Amino acid sequence: MSQFAINVLFVGASFAIYIGIAIWAKAGSTKDFYVAGGGVHPITNGMAIGADWMSAASFISMAGLIAAGGYANSTFLMGWTGGYVLLAMLLAPYLRKFGKFTVPEFIGDRFYSKQARLVAVICLIVASVTYVIGQMAGAGVAFSRFLEVDATTGLIIAAVVIFFYSVLGGMKGITYTQVAQYIVLIIAYTIPAVFISLELTGNPIPPLGLFSDHSESGMPLLAKLNEVVTALGFNEYTADVDNKLNMVLFTLSLMIGTAGLPHVIIRFFTVPKVADARWSAGWALVFIGLLYLTAPAVASMARLNIATTVYPDMAGQVENMEQAATDPILYEERPGWIRTWEETGLIQYEDLNNDGRIQLYNDTEAFESTAEARGWEGNELTVNNDILVLANPEIANLPGWVIGLIAAGGLAAALSTAAGLLLAISSAISHDLIKGSINPNISEKSELRAARISMTVAIIVATYLGANPPGFAAQVVALAFGIAGASLFPALMMGIFSKRVNNVGAIAGMLTGLAFTLVYIFVYKGWLFIPGTNNLEDIPANWVLGISPLSIGAVGAILNFAVAFAISKATAAPPQEIQDLVESVRYPKGAGMATDH
Amino acid sequence: MTDEKSNAEAYWAANLRLIAGCLVVWALVSYGCAILLRPLLAGIPVGGTDLGFWFAQQGSILTFIGLIFFYAWKMNRLDKKFGLGE
Repeated sequence: MSQFAINVLFVGASFAIYIGIAIWAKAGSTKDFYVAGGGVHPITNGMAIGADWMSAASFISMAGLIAAGGYANSTFLMGWTGGYVLLAMLLAPYLRKFGKFTVPEFIGDRFYSKQARLVAVICLIVASVTYVIGQMAGAGVAFSRFLEVDATTGLIIAAVVIFFYSVLGGMKGITYTQVAQYIVLIIAYTIPAVFISLELTGNPIPPLGLFSDHSESGMPLLAKLNEVVTALGFNEYTADVDNKLNMVLFTLSLMIGTAGLPHVIIRFFTVPKVADARWSAGWALVFIGLLYLTAPAVASMARLNIATTVYPDMAGQVENMEQAATDPILYEERPGWIRTWEETGLIQYEDLNNDGRIQLYNDTEAFESTAEARGWEGNELTVNNDILVLANPEIANLPGWVIGLIAAGGLAAALSTAAGLLLAISSAISHDLIKGSINPNISEKSELRAARISMTVAIIVATYLGANPPGFAAQVVALAFGIAGASLFPALMMGIFSKRVNNVGAIAGMLTGLAFTLVYIFVYKGWLFIPGTNNLEDIPANWVLGISPLSIGAVGAILNFAVAFAISKATAAPPQEIQDLVESVRYPKGAGMATDH
Repeated sequence: MTDEKSNAEAYWAANLRLIAGCLVVWALVSYGCAILLRPLLAGIPVGGTDLGFWFAQQGSILTFIGLIFFYAWKMNRLDKKFGLGE
């Protein structure tokens, strides 16, 4: 069977499962549509959260980011998992107890203000739309690489599949497809990792392999990797970071951003009890952890693999690294996976010094004299970080079905996250805008129809934007995490932990956090991300106190808290019934009843 | 009524204490061991590198998982003890 046929088989089979689930899990009520009927088991929900959370970025890009940045990019690992601790302790159980359908609904009720709810809806939509574009585009890329259709056709196929289970089944359909998608993506991610770990270290468990000895050289894997990359002019893989303030703030921004993202929070509304919301968070992190503990192993092993593929003499016990560096492989003798990926343009080669060999190194000023002495005239091989996971099976010489699995896994990661985001967007429109503001007397049946229509429109818009990504689509980390962290997270937390924060304080706080974060990002990245409109070049020397625009969400959150408390102190306390509402979300008793509103 | 109220207040205070304790550990492993205290832990070798690197790429995630289950377990006991569970 050809590789193409295998890929079609794997992707087709996984899609058939998703559509089958869609038909089985049809939503009959708004409660089904928004919160899957509220009866999802915590372990099932944990798995669904795992798929909801792990996007095309986690599946495809994260290992590449870590491979390129080494220790410095551990921020993504800690940031995107540490947020679940905050969710489990500070938000999820109480929002579950509140027992309504959307995140803006809590903010609107708790701060007894339609304006607060509207601010939350806007934050939700901007964050989620930015996020969903990347998923749709990611699905298109996966299709075009593995199924030989052009990216736009791939995107449309993906949109039709999402349409099927999310419009028919709402949260109910999404929940059970996400469970299936989690299983597909985790198998696809771990199998190649196990083989690579076995090949490089003899240890079949990748996270253990990461800290084991490298079989070929007998040195610890990470020590070997440091030796190899420094011989090629790169920083040590495990090198410490000078700007610790920025690293701390970036990690914190990712954590509070994770905790504040509405598409994650609403998944906690689907379990029957408050205690289940807590357990769900734990299970979610177990399922997420499987991938996040594998990713750093994949990262370092793939980085070493690529270097030793180009410089085979560096792989074993090396007496003279300088000698090994002078003998890279001939371009004509490059392995098959380099050829395959060259066709996609994600690996590029240019023979700058006309010696017919591949020189891969860090082409910087500091390394210039060494490179010159070796007769090198520039780095000749450019490897896009995103191929690391996708090319893993080929690098490890795994059979064709593993490649088919990776294709299905990448698509599962993109589709599951897209569906969760689309549900968050459409429920904000049908429940918060239409029922909450425009037509409060809408019947249950009409609201369900409105929810389905909003979902359909959201899918069409997301598909269009995925095919024609606007400039801000690349700014998921800055925009989605910045907004969720600086605006939504503090408002939700204060709504639960303070009885004193009132409507004026909360709105002022959210707007301050939002405005401060956006302005700081725009100053460096361009106003509304329009190229050329930035006031300062986005380089570390220009950053205030060395804080990058990606790390500013944490500072925005602190301002949000400060402004909200100060203004609330100076104005009237919330009315008694609001203080009673705060009381009631703090105690689990009676959560079953609360959903039947 | 007052009994019920002070019972609820005691439950909430116990929850806040538990959260504070858990978040201290949460911050200590990630911001502490993995980032700020890494130079201090540089002398402790783990698989070809140092303890700080291990916390950054593995230890903090494992601790986070443990923390959530610990919190969920403890809260279940508090729910029962104060009669506020479901």
